[in-house]
Amino acid sequence: MSASHTRQERPGLRIRLRRDRSLLIMVVPAAVLLLVFNYAPLFGLLTAFQYYDPPAGVWNSEWAGFEQFRRLFADPLFWGALRNTLYLSLVQLVLFFPIPIALALLLNSVLGVRVRNFVQSVVYLPHFFSWVLVITIFQQMLGGAGALNQFLRSHDLQTWDITTNPGTFVLLVTSQVVWKEAGWGIVVFLAALSAMNPGLYEAAAVDGAGPFRRMWHITLPGLRGVIVLMLVLRLGGALSVGFEQFLIQRDAVGHETAEVLDTYAFYYGIATGDYSLGAAAGLFKSVISLLLIWGANRIAHSFGEDGLYRR
Amino acid sequence: MTKVFTAGTSAATAPRARAERPPWQERPTVAGRSAKGGAIGGVLAVMLVPLWIVVVTSLSAPDVVNRAGGLVVWPDGLTFQAYREILTDPTVRTALSVSLGVAVIGTALSMVVSVLCAYGLSRPGSPGHRLILVLLIVTMFVGGGLIPTFLVVTGLGGYGRWWALILPSAVSVFNILVLRSFYAKTSGELIDAARMDGAGDWRILWSVVLPTSRAVTAVIALFYAVGYWNSFFNVMLYLPTDSEKWPLQYVLLTYVNRGAGMPGSVNAGFGMAHARTAPLSTQMAVVVLTLVPLLVVYPFVQKHLRTGVLTGAVKG
Repeated sequence: MSASHTRQERPGLRIRLRRDRSLLIMVVPAAVLLLVFNYAPLFGLLTAFQYYDPPAGVWNSEWAGFEQFRRLFADPLFWGALRNTLYLSLVQLVLFFPIPIALALLLNSVLGVRVRNFVQSVVYLPHFFSWVLVITIFQQMLGGAGALNQFLRSHDLQTWDITTNPGTFVLLVTSQVVWKEAGWGIVVFLAALSAMNPGLYEAAAVDGAGPFRRMWHITLPGLRGVIVLMLVLRLGGALSVGFEQFLIQRDAVGHETAEVLDTYAFYYGIATGDYSLGAAAGLFKSVISLLLIWGANRIAHSFGEDGLYRR
Repeated sequence: MTKVFTAGTSAATAPRARAERPPWQERPTVAGRSAKGGAIGGVLAVMLVPLWIVVVTSLSAPDVVNRAGGLVVWPDGLTFQAYREILTDPTVRTALSVSLGVAVIGTALSMVVSVLCAYGLSRPGSPGHRLILVLLIVTMFVGGGLIPTFLVVTGLGGYGRWWALILPSAVSVFNILVLRSFYAKTSGELIDAARMDGAGDWRILWSVVLPTSRAVTAVIALFYAVGYWNSFFNVMLYLPTDSEKWPLQYVLLTYVNRGAGMPGSVNAGFGMAHARTAPLSTQMAVVVLTLVPLLVVYPFVQKHLRTGVLTGAVKG
């Protein structure tokens, strides 16, 4: 990770402090911002164990023990949100995950450098669009007054409003994620592909392996480490499906299908002022997410891969 | 300045338009080639056609939009009328300056803080840098979450203030790690030589490290700028009621996505369900307006995205 252990002799702390004091000063602004906006909220998690009362603040609010969690687990809306989150995550894992890999393989097989660069630049672009923009574009294309229905109507066909239909909501949000992020997702796979040893392919071809066998026996095993890493990250994020994406579309399809854990915490925590309940929902989510990352890593290790961190 | 860029990138892209097919590889079949071409054409169409339709509609006159029955696919006389309209609309103008202001100030602040922090942690053997690094990385996995963060920001008086849109998200640990991994690779000899000449760390950062890592600086600045430009949820959290302070994304959400009438147009007020929705070409002009800054900056940065700026740092 860094070369500090390659230095032969380490001067004493005093000397190093003096020598490197500018380095330490440089870290201060970022450290202060992180302390205030990332570490201080950790203490704010105490509100999950309180009857938080805004005027009283975290220090003076009454303690509730696990009462907020009891309320949370007794709330059918919470279980609905959890179920939606897991379901959407699973569908996205199955439908989204293979696409960047396939796209990277496709792009990698294109020999023309100009074509390749152009396609790469185009598919990276939507990653930088905001969710508001992506959803607006989807609405204009697939919504009740959108391009698709405009076409269907002008040909006297049955119209089909995809954007407000709860039944197809999963597919809608998944295709939004694919449109926005699948292109960007190829970055890591392309890097792994370009690091592959071309000699392996040559040897295999000389031995009579066709293109598909080369892909199966060389390319995919070569991508295994990256694929496992991405799966671990994906699993760790299983409880965070795109927050803004759902916040924007929740009202159009109704909360029964579009409520996820994050929007639940927002609506029942901030919008209705029940801060402690929202904080409890957030804490529940963070703890489960950490467990998921840890578990996924254990599995990755047992398959002999590095995963997110090494053993 | 170009010298630095080309040194890193030319080997990968510039010299040949077409890479050589290695001799052992099969000659591509017609079917294989057309399948590949079709797949790539399909991908490009899915990405570009919606953008094309949006842009063309925004450039069409109202009667063309009416004749097309909505969105316009084939242009029939182009006009900038819709753009003139939105650029004179007070709501859009305020929103544009809010968005630009937040993006410019925020990016500048984020870059200064991140570059300093990344360099400060990149020199081997400096006291405590490993501990600080661990404390940084912890925040990527452990956080207070939505409500505690909201309580901290409002507790500091951020409700209804500009800085609530900037400071809470000013530091991205991921971006710092990317920068750091680049700075750590800056040639030690170069730095030692500068130190021999009496340069301190500030000087080394400014005149040795930064000039040799322009590509990564550009990419990280793009990340930050896009983050600020696209942010909308923190507006909902901290400035929900004051339409005077809304950035462009929020205007887009309210007037286009949710179809509320534009305050500038006749007898329309935000929040009235029956207020007149803006004409389609005007709405699409707002969509394009949120895209313009990105499209201006993107061409300069995209080649660095391709040349693997990020990949070295994925496994920080």
